[in-house]
Amino acid sequence: MSLAQEKGLLRFLTCGSVDDGKSTLIGHLLFDCNEVSEDGLARLHAQSQAGGRAGAALDYSLLVDGLMAEREQGITIDVAYRYFSTPKRKFIVADTPGHEQYTRNMATGASNSDLAILLVDASKGLQIQTKRHSKIVSLMGIRHLVLAVNKMDLVEYRQDVFDTIAADYLTFAQKLGDCDIQAIPLSALQGDNLSRHSEAMAWYDGPTLLDHLETVDTSHAVKVSAFRLPVQWVNRPNANFRGYSGTISAGQVSIGDDVRIGPSGALSKIASILTPDGEAKSAGIGEAVTVTLADERDISRGNVIAAADDPPPVSDQFAAHVIWMHQQPLLPGRQLQLRLGAQSVNAAVTELKYVINYEDNSHNAGKTLGFNETGYCNLALDHPVVFDTFENNRDMGSFILVDKLSNETVGAGMIAFGLRRADNVHWQAMDVDKQARAALKGQKPCVLWFTGLSGSGKSTIANLLEKRLLARGGHTYLLDGDNVRHGLNRDLGFTDADRVENIRRIGEVSRLMVDAGLLVMVSFISPFRSERRLARQMVEDGEFVEVFVDTPLEICEERDVKGLYKKARAGQIKNFTGIDSPYEAPENPEIHLHAADKTPEELAEEVFAVLEAKGIV
Amino acid sequence: MILREVAAQFDNPVLMYSIGKDSAVLLHLAMKAFAPAKPPFAILHVDTTWKFREMIAFRDALMAELGLDLIVHTNMAGVEAGITPFSHGSARYTDVMKTAALKEALSLHGFDVAIGGARRDEEASRAKERIFSFRSANHRWDAKNQRPELWNLLNGRINPGESVRAFPLSNWTELDVWTYIEAENIPLVPLYFAAKRPVVKRDGMLVMVDDDRMTLAEGEQVEERMVRFRTLGCYPLTGAIESEASTVSEIIEELTHSNLSERANRAIDHDEAGSMEKKKQEGYF
Repeated sequence: MSLAQEKGLLRFLTCGSVDDGKSTLIGHLLFDCNEVSEDGLARLHAQSQAGGRAGAALDYSLLVDGLMAEREQGITIDVAYRYFSTPKRKFIVADTPGHEQYTRNMATGASNSDLAILLVDASKGLQIQTKRHSKIVSLMGIRHLVLAVNKMDLVEYRQDVFDTIAADYLTFAQKLGDCDIQAIPLSALQGDNLSRHSEAMAWYDGPTLLDHLETVDTSHAVKVSAFRLPVQWVNRPNANFRGYSGTISAGQVSIGDDVRIGPSGALSKIASILTPDGEAKSAGIGEAVTVTLADERDISRGNVIAAADDPPPVSDQFAAHVIWMHQQPLLPGRQLQLRLGAQSVNAAVTELKYVINYEDNSHNAGKTLGFNETGYCNLALDHPVVFDTFENNRDMGSFILVDKLSNETVGAGMIAFGLRRADNVHWQAMDVDKQARAALKGQKPCVLWFTGLSGSGKSTIANLLEKRLLARGGHTYLLDGDNVRHGLNRDLGFTDADRVENIRRIGEVSRLMVDAGLLVMVSFISPFRSERRLARQMVEDGEFVEVFVDTPLEICEERDVKGLYKKARAGQIKNFTGIDSPYEAPENPEIHLHAADKTPEELAEEVFAVLEAKGIV
Repeated sequence: MILREVAAQFDNPVLMYSIGKDSAVLLHLAMKAFAPAKPPFAILHVDTTWKFREMIAFRDALMAELGLDLIVHTNMAGVEAGITPFSHGSARYTDVMKTAALKEALSLHGFDVAIGGARRDEEASRAKERIFSFRSANHRWDAKNQRPELWNLLNGRINPGESVRAFPLSNWTELDVWTYIEAENIPLVPLYFAAKRPVVKRDGMLVMVDDDRMTLAEGEQVEERMVRFRTLGCYPLTGAIESEASTVSEIIEELTHSNLSERANRAIDHDEAGSMEKKKQEGYF
């Protein structure tokens, strides 16, 4: 907020392993800066007595461990924000947890910070977590690191212990790139080198933690100097006013400036600028403005108004670092929503180039990206977006990935560069089109996607339906999951990643066949909703008919036509749908066949009737 | 920035207006963020019927001046059941007249996002709130399972029936709020400024006698003291502080030297340890 900037604001985060003393450190800092109120202090005394971790002494961590659950477990479980100030600066602290399952919160804290304090327990030495956290915060663009070697009181304030840890860390940190690192020996519990120099560590002549926080220069200007205004909101109170609102993410703008609108590339001039303080002639980075243009342009939320002579790149493919934040791994090919500024598009990782190994900074090959892993990958989007690289402009180079079903934020990404491939492979326009081919056959081409458990009767029903359609003169093709696996998808196994690729290929083949004017029947277990959605999105609206063959697992297992359930139960087949791999039933299939008590003939007839009703045949 | 995101990402937003200073700032920001248009969302006040009389008068005058329509909601079932802070205790009363009333109002109007003025510096469990805080279809908050918020990217995707609480002032401190009020000359309820008021000392709090529904216990005496309020809620539950600060700049001066936390005088926070967190899980702001 602009108010804070008058005095200078530093946002920093603290990270470290469990029990390194983060909460104690922040609590003690707040205490030293007189930010603890009398009633807060009274509560602290009471709670320290009742079960604090510091025995009878004041347990400063109780000042910051907010949630009941973590008070009971004795660990911080979420990001907590704290506010304090000294006469020199204002501070916002993100207190972030160290243990592995909540690392995503650390990335969250880092995304809005300029400096990171990495805590190390002097009695334990440098831990893997510290390296992991360093790598994450450096990836997140933080260039100022403080190595806080805590609990020096436990090692008798020995200089050699500190020196070894600091040297180890500096060796490791060389791989982090261009960073400013300050190592400080301290005791958060006793207050040594927090806000006052430690008498016990007279050998240390560097700054105290607070000195350093007050004076470190974090003016890391956005490297893009040209004007960028991502449009957040189109303001139209009446027919005479059409303004575009947003916060300027780079550069300056003045009335009369030439601007280019991305992604369309249209040109115009700035006609007026409205700031929170009223009309203005110009405005700069960080200001929330509403601008109007000299010409009528079709601009909507997500577009970017930028300097005409230095516009940001536009692409539907780019390479990026992605931090994965969900228990279900990232599977290349799976559709996600990508949100970059006010833009949101569908996206999929097309290629996972490598997974970063935090321990030694090396790169590992990987097919999927697991919880808390970071990978470098290519992404393909269904619409082009306007962006800058993350290094040049954090605001326009960062994105989040959202699961389209649960709506959870599952990943965060930082754009390395755009891929121009999209510009070079053009669509060849054909003169004879789908409509012409379909008209010849007197049918409306579509995909009939049969999904259901193994043994539910998908293929049997599809077979009967194909005969029925053929008798009517329909031109059909049946793609059977098993058969396709013998040829086109011979190279794929049954891991989640391979299943996604399997469906992607079948989806592409059916799309081509629909283009050829055929009625394509796909008989395929396809257990995941997101993959079925992927196949659906490959064809046009109305061309995808999902047929859910709903046969209860008990019946399928009893039939066990291919003897597969028996094998799966015996543990001879892994990842078998319904046994040790989930089946996600369709929520709104076009056709829902309750298959338990009907014959395949009746079911095929049911599908046929729907196709007639829809005018497909 | 955050207010515009709310308006853009949701179908039916509502701004929760509590008449307090944070609400005043919020409303002021909303008027600016969408100028020259009016804020594209409804404004709601949950009236417990126990607010200070001056608050209600101020509210009605301000809405008329800004030309905004205000929805006022009261839990009538609670009123009919005779739930009052005196008869049922602060915990039960807050649950019925505030939390339940709020949920009722949100469901009644189908609001998919409610904008509140809560700040992270107010209370320990609020420090962990997201700017966009997800609520289940039952308005519950799951503190352990929150969406990460990276950079300025706010994820407001929800399914029908679910909702989000949005807190644009998350990163403001009490001092920031007062500094902004001073800079922008934002009108406030006079109760924030020191004046001679009739108060009773009860359970260590100075309670203002705002109307004749308050009955005095034995030994209690109404005294006239120079007091003001740091936060405003329901008069029987909101303690005054003794103060001489009668202008915004005097308040800022006083705050800089204060040793008591802002909500120290709010009875509902002290019902039991972790009390705010419990209320939040149940749907309180």
